[in-house]
Formats: sequence, C-alpha cells, structure tokens
Amino acid sequence: MNTHQTNFVRTAMIDQSAPPVLDKGYIAWIRKNLLATPLDAVMTIIAVLALAWFLPPAIKWLFIDASWTGGGRGVCATVAQGGSQLEGWSGACWAFVTAKFDVFMFGRYPIDERWRPMLVGVLFVTLLVPILIPKIPYKGLNAILLFGVLPVISFFILIGGVLGLPYVETALWGGLMVTLILSFVGIAVSLPLGIVLALGRRSTMPVIRLLCTTFIELVRGIPLITVLFMASVMLPLFLPQGMTFDKFLRALIGVSLFASAYMAEVVRGGLQAIPKGQAEGADSLGLSYWQKMRLIILPQALKLVIPGIVNTFIGLFKDTSLVSIIGMFDLLGIVRQNFSDANWASPVTPLSGLVFAGFVFWLFCFGMSRYSGFMERRLDKGHKR
Amino acid sequence: MSIDATTPSGKDKPAGSILNDPKIRGFIYQAVTLLLLVLFIYWVTANTIENLKRANIASGYGFLNGRAGFDVGQSLIAYSSDSTYGRALVVGFLNTILVAVAGIITSTIIGFLVGIGRLSKNWLIAKLSMVYVEVFRNIPPLLVIFFWYSGVLAVLPQPRESLALPFDMYVNNRGLAFPRPVFDSGSQYILLALVIAVIGSVLFSRYANKKQMETGQRMPVLWTVLGLVIGLPLLAYFAAGMPISFDVPVAGKFNLTGGSVVGPEFLSLFLALSFYTASFIAEIVRAGIRGVSHGQSEAAHALGIRPGLTTRLVVVPQAMRIIIPPLTSQYLNLTKNSSLAIAIGYSDLVSTGGTILNQTGQAIEVVTIWIVVYLTLSLSTSLLMNWFNAKMALVER
Repeated sequence: MNTHQTNFVRTAMIDQSAPPVLDKGYIAWIRKNLLATPLDAVMTIIAVLALAWFLPPAIKWLFIDASWTGGGRGVCATVAQGGSQLEGWSGACWAFVTAKFDVFMFGRYPIDERWRPMLVGVLFVTLLVPILIPKIPYKGLNAILLFGVLPVISFFILIGGVLGLPYVETALWGGLMVTLILSFVGIAVSLPLGIVLALGRRSTMPVIRLLCTTFIELVRGIPLITVLFMASVMLPLFLPQGMTFDKFLRALIGVSLFASAYMAEVVRGGLQAIPKGQAEGADSLGLSYWQKMRLIILPQALKLVIPGIVNTFIGLFKDTSLVSIIGMFDLLGIVRQNFSDANWASPVTPLSGLVFAGFVFWLFCFGMSRYSGFMERRLDKGHKR
Repeated sequence: MSIDATTPSGKDKPAGSILNDPKIRGFIYQAVTLLLLVLFIYWVTANTIENLKRANIASGYGFLNGRAGFDVGQSLIAYSSDSTYGRALVVGFLNTILVAVAGIITSTIIGFLVGIGRLSKNWLIAKLSMVYVEVFRNIPPLLVIFFWYSGVLAVLPQPRESLALPFDMYVNNRGLAFPRPVFDSGSQYILLALVIAVIGSVLFSRYANKKQMETGQRMPVLWTVLGLVIGLPLLAYFAAGMPISFDVPVAGKFNLTGGSVVGPEFLSLFLALSFYTASFIAEIVRAGIRGVSHGQSEAAHALGIRPGLTTRLVVVPQAMRIIIPPLTSQYLNLTKNSSLAIAIGYSDLVSTGGTILNQTGQAIEVVTIWIVVYLTLSLSTSLLMNWFNAKMALVER
C-alpha cells in the first residue's frame, strides 16, 4: 500500500491577498470609466486636450489675472488703453462688479431708502424658507402670508408714499430686485391663472373651451418680446384717455399672461394623465365640480407635473431678462447700462459684467431645478414597487 | 368629465329652481361670458378708435407702401433705404428664417452629440456633457447673446489684424469673412444632378424596403444613397468643366477684400441660439434614449443582432418616437427666441417691425403682422409634426 508522506500541513488560514491591481483602486476606475474601449480612449484624450486648452486660460482670466480692487477703469485697462495694466493683459474686471454691486442689486433706488428693498428681501426669505422645508408645519398660513400678505406689504414698503415713507417711482427700480419682483409676481399669478385656463380648455362648455384654447395657442405661438411690445405699445391705445398703467405694471401683466399660457399646457398634461375613474369616483361621492377639482383631481395632477411647473418657473425667471429690451432695467439691463459708464468702460468690462449676471441667473435657476428634483423624489409616493 | 355629472343628483327631479339644471346653468355661464367678452371688445375697440383719431394715425395697411428710409445690416434680397416698408418686413422675415434654420441645424447636431454624451459610459464625456447642459439651460438666452456680442465678438481685433481660420476664413470685430462660391454657366447641371440623385435615392430605398419585405435581404442602402448624392453632383461638376470657383477673402492693408461677410449680429445670435437650444435638445435626446425599455435591446441581443445594428434598428426608431414631439417645440422656441435679435440690432422681423412702429406709429398693424407671421410658423410646424407623429406613433392592433 502506498501512503502519502504528509510533510506539511497548514495550521492557519492564508492571509487574504490583495485583489489584482488592475481591478481595484484608481487604475481600475480609469480602465473602466475612461479607457474601456479604443473609442473611449480616443474620446477621453480629445476631452482632456480640450480641457487643457480651455480651462487654464479661463481660470487665469477669471481669477489669476483678474483685477479685484480699484476705483476706476485704470485697473482694468492696459497702458495703451489708458490704464495701468501691462500690454497684452486681459483679465476679469471684478473691481467693476464690486464697485457697482449695489447698483446691480437695487438699480437707481435712492441710496437712503435701500433698507426698504432689503427689508422686503428679508421678509421674503423668512417666509420662503419655511415653505420650502417640508417638515415645518402651518403650510397653509405660511402660503397665505407669502402669496397674499407679503405682496401687499411689499408694494407699500417699496413704493412708499404712506406712513411717512418717501415715494419712490418704479422707474427708479432696477437690478436684481426688479428681476425677483417680476418673477415672483409672475409665478404667483401664472400658476392659478394657468390652472383656470387648463380647466377651461377641458371644460364641456364650448364657449369657455374655445376662449381658453384660443388664448393659450395665441400666446404660445408668439415670442415674449411681441407680448411685451403689445403690453407697452398697444395697451395705452386700448384704454380710455387719462387711464394709464405704470410701465412696470405693464411688463408685469405681459410676463404673467405669457407664463400662464405655458403653465396651462403643463397643467393640462397633468389633468390628462389622471384616470377617468378618479373624476367618476368623486362624482359618485356627490362632490361639486370645484370640490372634485380641489380635493381629488388637482392634487394628483399637479404632483405629476411638478417638473414641468418648475421648468416653467425657470423659463419665466430667465424670460424676465427680456424687459430690458422695452427699456426697463432688470439685472441684465442694469449690467448692460453700466458698460457705457465712462469711469469703467474697458474691453474687459462687458465680459466681466455678463459673467457676473450669468452667474447670478444660473444660481437661481439651478437652485430651482435642484429643489424640484428633491420635491419630485419626496412626493413620489406609492408609484414605486 | 362632463358638467352634467358635477351637480349633486340626489333627488329624482330638480326641486325648485331651474338654476339647478346643469344644462341651463352651463348655458347661463356661457352666455354671461360671451356677453362680457363682447362688451370688453366693444370697449377696447371704441377706446382704440378714439385714441387713434386723437393721435392722428390712419389705420390700415397703406403705410406698407411708404418709403422705409432706414438701412438694414444684412439682407438676403435687394434692399436700400428707398425700398418700401413692406419690403423691409420681407427682409426681416427672411432674416428670421435664415437664423432660425441655421440655428436649428447646429443646435440639433450639438444637442444630439451632448445628449448621447451624457449617456456615455466614459465618465469624463458624461460629466462634461452634464456641465454643458446645466450651464446653458440655466442662463437666459439674451445673456448668452450679449456674451457673444459684447463679450467676445466686440473685442476681436480690427479687420486689418483679422484672425485667420482654416478654409480661407477670417474673423474680426466686423464679423466672419468666408469664401463665396461663384457659379458660372454650367453649374445648373450640378443642381440637376443633385435633384436626380435625391429622387434616385428615394426610389432606391423604397425598392430596397420592398425587396427586404419579400426576401429578407437588406441592400446596402446607406452607401448607395451616399454614393448617389455625393457622386452624381461631383461627376456633373467635372463633366461641366468645373464651373464653380471661390471668391476668397484677401487680407489687404486696412480691410479684407472679396468673399462674403456675415456680421457680428448674425454670428452672436446664431451662436447663442445654437448653444442655448442645444442644451434643451440634449436633455430631450437623453430622455428619449432612456425611455426605450432595456428589454428591447436585450431582446435584440438575444436574437443575435450586433450592438451597432441594435442601436440603429431597435433603439433609435423607438427613441425618435419620444424625441420628436418635444424636439419640434424646441425648434419653435428657437424660432421665437430669434426675435431677441432686436436687442443687438440684427434685422429680423421683430427688429425691422420695431423700427417701422417707431417711425409710423402703426402699432396695431405691425403687432398684427408679427402675430400672424409667428402664429403661421408655429401652427404650420405643429400641423406638420402632428402628421409626422401620427405616422410614427405606435400602432397597437
């Protein structure tokens, strides 16, 4: 019989060896995410080259070569252009933005009275933040304060003429303040109006349906700039002599009506997605039309179209920049107006101002879209299995 | 949802007032609305007539025959300041169409590339595409226009220090100069060849489809079509003795001579609209591709279809069904956004109309023309797209 000679028997487990280098850590990550196929490798190389070509000059222009402080165009112009920078210099002129920051925020609002828009801003933020955080109670009261009480109070605070506050005409308003007022009022008006229009378009009464459809399709078919022209040029023609609207109010009406037509189509999309059984169920419970809509249909429909609603808000916020074409000074308008300020005019001023304005717009729009994503996930109840 | 069903119908017959009858109530509501509307229109019309009379403005379209007296920067048809207002509006309309079509083409190309890029497994490409979309989607288009106009193009060098680009193109602060093709006699044959090639391609692909239905054999349609469309005109070009030459811009001492120039207004509007709209198209494309269920491509793989063919024959046709309706509305948005031209003085329909409005005071007529033109564009595109959509839509049983 042949027995095995067992010279060695392992008594302990071997230590775990490290995984293959190519499957773990950043090397594996690079192999998997950047160089998976030859095509991927080529694209990665192209992208890296493009970044290397674009990013360093951009960073250099925006930060390293930028002039951050200074009291006039000298710091933002080369010697040949009448400034103090070396020949061939080009960089962002943040000194311009810093010097004009207050103007960019409030326009020509009198300096002594600027605490008023600031107060309104503080009130707005105090009411807006709790309504955005889902856990905080008293949403109904909060909404009434934000959409009902705040606009009225703000109106009197901003325009003055009461309680000893000096009167400030709307022609002096400007900057980010105007952008925010236009978009807030536009949002607050267009949502309810849009819902009414959407319900009207789905009504069984032919006259109402025709009216709403005509309005929606007409407004959606033309550019906002023509609506604003109509509001600023044609509205005075339509009204009796002596009855005039403020220019600001006219723009406000134009923007709100325009946004409500888009909102109506978004809401209609939601209404169409609700199964008929819901309406029939509400009918069989004996609810009235408005009860049915308010309690059964609209909560479900609006929840479905939150992304669309927020997209309309974002579009509205961006569209407010068009009022600068009809001679109002919103953020973009006031930034552009200051390009021609003789104290600051230099080749890099326009780009710096526009980058700043673009960043502010971007911040607001991006914030809105992130919040809508958050809300969408939160409200997405009972549809996941 | 009908009005009938909305009123509580607890009792067998409506007690008391006939106002509880939903039909009658609906009738009353509509009558009241109509009455209010008629009164409103009457009020507005009366005010307008009175205001116009006081301002001494004659209504009507007679003013279109008047002398315009202003110049436009860029025109596709012959125009001078002696032309009529009507011709100025036509120039504006053509400029709108020009920038819209050019913008649609580039934004579609960029949008599809970026949209597909966002779905790429390549991390860098996906992130770059995401940054592109998030940046451009959240900035007003007007700002992008100004960015190009006063931020980039205005600070380019003077014409005598023009930057040279490939293909004999030059760029300076007066715009982009590029070689202009000069068509000599004989070039009509090239056009003819192109038309024949297109017709031939259509016929061939129909024939190929029919053949495939009968035999299952697929002919090389793509290559044949490419060969026809490129080859035939090329053949005609050489056969006709190379009748096309190029007028190349030449850098002179102070200025560029020769070639064609597009102004900075057109360039900035075109670039801004393309980049802005592309970010939306990218999102639409991404949603469309993601919208095709994974099972579709798995099934195709299970049938042994190669990945490239799976994309072309299974994923793309289904994705297009999702993509096309929102894509159309983006095209319309781009066309409508081209009215922002007025901010930088590119003579589009709104811009020329605005000048006319200021000169003549014919607000109602000019605004009506705007509305009619834009509505016609929107509605005809919608109709076309509805037809296309109905053709592409999923036919169930």
